Amino acid sequence: MASKSVKNAVGRMIPEMINGKPVIPFQGVHKYITDGKRYAPPLPSSANYPEDGNKQVNDLKTALTKAGIKDGMTISTHHHFRNGDLIANQIFQVASEMGLKDLVWFPSASFPCHEPIIDYLKDGTIHHIEGSMNGPLGRFASQGHMRGAGVLRSHGGRYQAVQDGEVVIDIAVIAAPTADPFGNANGLTGESACGLLGFALADSQYAHKVIVVTDNLVPFPCIPWQIQGNYVDYVVEVDHIGIPERIISGTTRITRSPDRLFIAELTAKFCDEVGIIKDGFSFQAGAGGTSLAIGNYFGEIMREKGIKARFARGGSNQYLVDMLEEGLVDYILDGQTFDLAGVRSMRENPHHVNTSPFTSYNYHGKGNFAGIVDVVILGATEVDVNYNANVVTHSDGYLLHGIGGWQNCLFSKTVILPIPLFRDRIPIIRDEVTTICGPGELIDVIVTERGIAINPRRKDLLEKTANSKLPIMTIEELKKEGERICGVPEPVNLGDRVIAAIKWVDGTVIDVVYQVIE
Amino acid sequence: MAQKGSAGNQGPDIRSDCFAALEIKKTGGIKIVITSKVDALYKNSIRDLAQQILEFYKVENADLEIIDRGAISLVLAARIEAAVKECLDTKNEFLLDMIPENQTRTEKDHSRRSRLYLPGNSPKLMLNAGIHKPDAVILDLEDSVAPNKKSEARLVVRNSLRGLNFYGAERMVRINQLPDGLEDLEYVVPHYVNLILLPKCETSDQVRAVDEKITRILAETKLDHPVYIMPIIESALGVVNVYQIASASDRVAALAIGLEDYTADLGAQRTREGRESFYARNQLVIAAKAAGIQAIDSVFSDVADMEALREVVLEAKSLGFDGMGCIHPRQIRVIHEAFAPTEAEITKAKKIVLAFDVATEKGLGVVSLGSKMIDPPVVKRALNTISNALEAGLIRENWKEVDLE
Repeated sequence: MASKSVKNAVGRMIPEMINGKPVIPFQGVHKYITDGKRYAPPLPSSANYPEDGNKQVNDLKTALTKAGIKDGMTISTHHHFRNGDLIANQIFQVASEMGLKDLVWFPSASFPCHEPIIDYLKDGTIHHIEGSMNGPLGRFASQGHMRGAGVLRSHGGRYQAVQDGEVVIDIAVIAAPTADPFGNANGLTGESACGLLGFALADSQYAHKVIVVTDNLVPFPCIPWQIQGNYVDYVVEVDHIGIPERIISGTTRITRSPDRLFIAELTAKFCDEVGIIKDGFSFQAGAGGTSLAIGNYFGEIMREKGIKARFARGGSNQYLVDMLEEGLVDYILDGQTFDLAGVRSMRENPHHVNTSPFTSYNYHGKGNFAGIVDVVILGATEVDVNYNANVVTHSDGYLLHGIGGWQNCLFSKTVILPIPLFRDRIPIIRDEVTTICGPGELIDVIVTERGIAINPRRKDLLEKTANSKLPIMTIEELKKEGERICGVPEPVNLGDRVIAAIKWVDGTVIDVVYQVIE
Repeated sequence: MAQKGSAGNQGPDIRSDCFAALEIKKTGGIKIVITSKVDALYKNSIRDLAQQILEFYKVENADLEIIDRGAISLVLAARIEAAVKECLDTKNEFLLDMIPENQTRTEKDHSRRSRLYLPGNSPKLMLNAGIHKPDAVILDLEDSVAPNKKSEARLVVRNSLRGLNFYGAERMVRINQLPDGLEDLEYVVPHYVNLILLPKCETSDQVRAVDEKITRILAETKLDHPVYIMPIIESALGVVNVYQIASASDRVAALAIGLEDYTADLGAQRTREGRESFYARNQLVIAAKAAGIQAIDSVFSDVADMEALREVVLEAKSLGFDGMGCIHPRQIRVIHEAFAPTEAEITKAKKIVLAFDVATEKGLGVVSLGSKMIDPPVVKRALNTISNALEAGLIRENWKEVDLE
């Protein structure tokens, strides 16, 4: 249903209503301040729970039934098992068999393994998804097949939406690599070990009903309790909650592509030259091949200078763990572990600390860690000449990625996007990006293989590189170079129907995604 | 001529390339079907280009199918032209604009430490080659191109010479063995190629044949840019004739050695120690230096082993070689570092450059260092040494101020 639209602070037209709910358009960074109180779930009484602490029930269906599942409810899951998750699909299979309709799935992210969810969107079990839609689900939504509009939030934005009551989770299902019958749970051990369960923290605290599902039930107490059993209603034991080799599928090797290595090295050189890499600094680099290479180059520079970093923000993996163990980094503050080395380190090394979106990113916290980080390295599918960037859609309009922690990381002191100037024939720097996910005022540097553009707002960085041999260019020059090689792209034909809303970290809507016309 | 023709590459792993299939018909007009990975952003421009090419060749009735995997215009154009040329007997060339960056000339003693081989029918590898700053790129028409792809590779190489920015790298083309290689020249010489690599060169006649053909093409096209020749010695006979080859033409700027073919010709195994090729390499260096040109060593084929590469380059430098071939961009830096000037070379070069500055300042025509007169080529070499030392990080940009303090 079309509703009236208003222009938000980055110039995008935002409908007044999405999924029948009023929308607050993005008002600018740090401009939207709310009052009111934190949302609170119903008050439980321990008298209603088994005195012996055993909350185990037979199976997932029993747990969902006891939790009072009914039409229209919001069901949440976490994504610590990434592409190896077996539980989300099972929930909706059970719901579909029970004949339930119009549920809302509220995952902290989805992966290609969730393709079967399409069947439950088609048969009416699920009305829409509020969470990232990767690959097949994104394609399905982009083609206009989902009844409601998707709502995409950052990891921090998800916490915010739960805390301020924008999203009320009726039932949270927390798949846990290890748990006890009381509901205490962690991600450190068990065959599906994934390190931590930070993405399920808000769900455990705020959902009306919480179900822990595990394939490694241990006698009370499950130590450490990353998820506290005191929040948990039911515990279910199953054979397998995940496919271990896919849980760690995020493990990427350092890229071998000479072009990407070139960009990675240029990024590290830039950071060194502007003085970011100094004793006691902090950084966050992702788990992609290029980001890993940048971390590696950081390591080389630190060794050469005989300095170390105070902390690195994870996603952690073997490479970051090696740096911690070598003494190049004092602490890893980790949001998710990407491989077994990360899991092992988190289990054994007190300097490898598990974090949650609450500590790292949450808008309704009394501050968060994001702004403390000296430099973050992020990706993007497109950047415009005003440094606004897109991370969710491709230039052809398809919604194919989630936001993850990307928006939250933009609050770091220096934000660098190392990206190729073009992918195949598609130039990355555009007059306007397909979807704005991050406002240009927070994005500082674009590093491409053909030159580095510094946001004119960062006069300090421009001054520091004024006499450098680094290939500093304006973003317009970079755009021109990309278009000279690829040609100027033609405008993409998109429909009028809004298939997804992109939330900013404060709950306002920064942009919407339109249906793709094939 | 055939009524059907095709060119290019296709398949799920192909990127930045395309496949074009043309069928000429008697009636029915032009039908163009495009399947493109970048359809949403470039469907009109791909169609316009295809129509323009068919019009250029006066094709009026045909079915053209393009399966595009993100090819840029100059690749699309090369593929479509190649498909047309399988159907039509025509010498006409569909040429896109030449970028000014690719009309640059080079000197005979241009620095040729590294030269990066790029398979002539694989446009994807060419796109970013220049960013790695090799001294030269070699667009290869010979061994890296399958026999049935030779014609279409010529068009990709020609279009790349015209339109792909190699960011200052010298533009070289390795032609096929003669006589086919002589025909290759027609596709590259008019497009500002800087240097021709002549593979499996065994006699000075072969060099002269290439020289004459280059001279003729330049005259016919009224162009006067220098086109150098680098014969590659890859056989016992080539080694025996190496000085005659080196001195066969003024265009010969360097000699290169190809050790895979050379050892095969000898019936020897190529070893890491290289005793089987020591004589040939030595002989080649001596012949090159006697002829006043550069000597370039073979490629090192283990692209993962940078330490071994460094050793090989240091050895090559110690034998008198001026450069090496690269088959992977990551090899470039190692080669540049290993060929970087020594401290003694840098000290000497600094003195000469400072003397040159003084002479320039005073408006003197002659540079002198102490009681010695310095010839212009020596000054040039010193400037080159300094720029190599700067690149290798051995001296600072402001070395003059620092040294004067």
